[in-house]
Amino acid sequence: MAAVLEIDNLYKAFKVGFIPKKREILKGVSLSVAAGEIFGYLGPNGAGKTTTLKCVLGLIFPDRGKVAIFGHPPLAAKARENLGYLPENPYFYDYLTAAEFLDFYAQLFGLRKKDKEEKIATLLRLVGMEKARDLQLRKFSRGMLQRVGLAQALINDPALLFLDEPLGGLDPLGRKDLRDIIVRLKQEGKTIFLCSHILQDIEMICDRVAIIVGGRVISQGALQSLISEKVLFTEVTLSGIDPADLVDLGEPVSTLGDRILLKVFQEDNIGNLMALVHERRGRIHSLVPRTETLEDIFVEMVRQG
Amino acid sequence: MKIQTIALNTFKEAIRDRILYLLFFFAAAALAFSRLLAVLAVGDRVKIIKDVGLASISIFGVLMAILIGTGLVYKEIDKKTIYTLLSKPIQRWQFLLGKFFGLVLTLFIMTLAMGLIFLVIVLLHTGKLEGRMLLAILFIFIELVLITAVSILFSCFSTPILSSIFSLSFYLIGHLSWGLETLIQKTRSGAARMALRGVSAILPDLENFNFKTEIVHGLAIDPRFYFFSALYGLVYTLFILALAVLIFKKRDFV
Repeated sequence: MAAVLEIDNLYKAFKVGFIPKKREILKGVSLSVAAGEIFGYLGPNGAGKTTTLKCVLGLIFPDRGKVAIFGHPPLAAKARENLGYLPENPYFYDYLTAAEFLDFYAQLFGLRKKDKEEKIATLLRLVGMEKARDLQLRKFSRGMLQRVGLAQALINDPALLFLDEPLGGLDPLGRKDLRDIIVRLKQEGKTIFLCSHILQDIEMICDRVAIIVGGRVISQGALQSLISEKVLFTEVTLSGIDPADLVDLGEPVSTLGDRILLKVFQEDNIGNLMALVHERRGRIHSLVPRTETLEDIFVEMVRQG
Repeated sequence: MKIQTIALNTFKEAIRDRILYLLFFFAAAALAFSRLLAVLAVGDRVKIIKDVGLASISIFGVLMAILIGTGLVYKEIDKKTIYTLLSKPIQRWQFLLGKFFGLVLTLFIMTLAMGLIFLVIVLLHTGKLEGRMLLAILFIFIELVLITAVSILFSCFSTPILSSIFSLSFYLIGHLSWGLETLIQKTRSGAARMALRGVSAILPDLENFNFKTEIVHGLAIDPRFYFFSALYGLVYTLFILALAVLIFKKRDFV
């Protein structure tokens, strides 16, 4: 599929301190986002995620490198008309009501009065905020701001959506709602660029990911290609066995009363363990193979990076 | 259209600012006080009312322009509201001009309100509506437009406190720079005189907008003075706005 966003060899440094010292934040970031996919952008704090996003949105100017949105530079009107952006910890004009707030952004896109009203009503319904329509934003909770912020990002029906930590600060129900909305937007054909710390959510909805550490993208690709199907270990909960007999078979993690949680690393030992339990008339309560997760890869790469 | 949208939003923001009402209250109090002062003072009471009244409109107008203007752009950057705004199809110069016109609209309404109070006070005292006073108020407003541009220029790269100090200095220098002309005349021709001439050309001369004395005392003014003063205000404001746009255009929003 055609790339809607191309970032090529992006460098950005800031001068910090009283006696200005150059600090390089981005050290040659390159990535490409294809049309219609949900792209996850991961990285620890200070890795350069938000700086990349700001370069893409034209809020800061890179020292070197190129950004193309639909083939246009970030400041071109053709690029801006087709994108939506929800910042991390949304900050909006808190003296406006939700409807006034959306109306303000709709005006910037030159929407006609009738279309504007319809669009605002549809978006408030989509993010579940119809009842807060006439409430000032200063009275909104963090989750409500996040929802109305998403509505603002969708006001121009953008083909490309940038979401910076969209699930942060939401309760489990709110997170699920927002995840469902993101997936629905993808089904409508939108491309979504998602920065998040919540790896579980990224793993659930992203098609491809890029991991940035220390200003460099150290890995990117389809989620399936990054995460192997290999079983890392098996978690076994059992009872009726003396912990001392289990030492050769695995690593006891915890005990609760008679129950022992054991990590078995070698697949051959599973058979031996079952035979032992059978012989000692013990009991196996659960046996869960743990495959590699995005978190495992992320932690490993951050350590190496 | 985009500039208008931002200007109206800025207007909404400015009229919700408590500082505006506080200054308006003090301005109204000062206007009322001018009547009291006229009773106590020796001399032409009407002239004292007019002098103090026009000076109050000017001073409180300038304070409004500086105290609100210096926070306008800075607050957008500090509160990060600018992130969402500039990700939309709007150019940075449109944003800056929107902010400028929003505050100019606010100041227009405030100057009009202060002017009306002033005219009513004069009317109560003299029994006649003195339309000529509006001319003095118009030039106070032109000066406020320039001070607004200056405040916005400083707020593009500095904190509200520093911007306020810079803008206030601009205002004070602007009203004292005419003294340089005397100094130039007393300086022997040479490098020093040339340097003083250069400084004099760069420094603003806000006395160009001060027609208070002439109007209060009913002195005749050549209409060309009005025209050139208005033109000076327009050109200087455009120059300052162009400078602000240049600085803002290259700024990183970290």
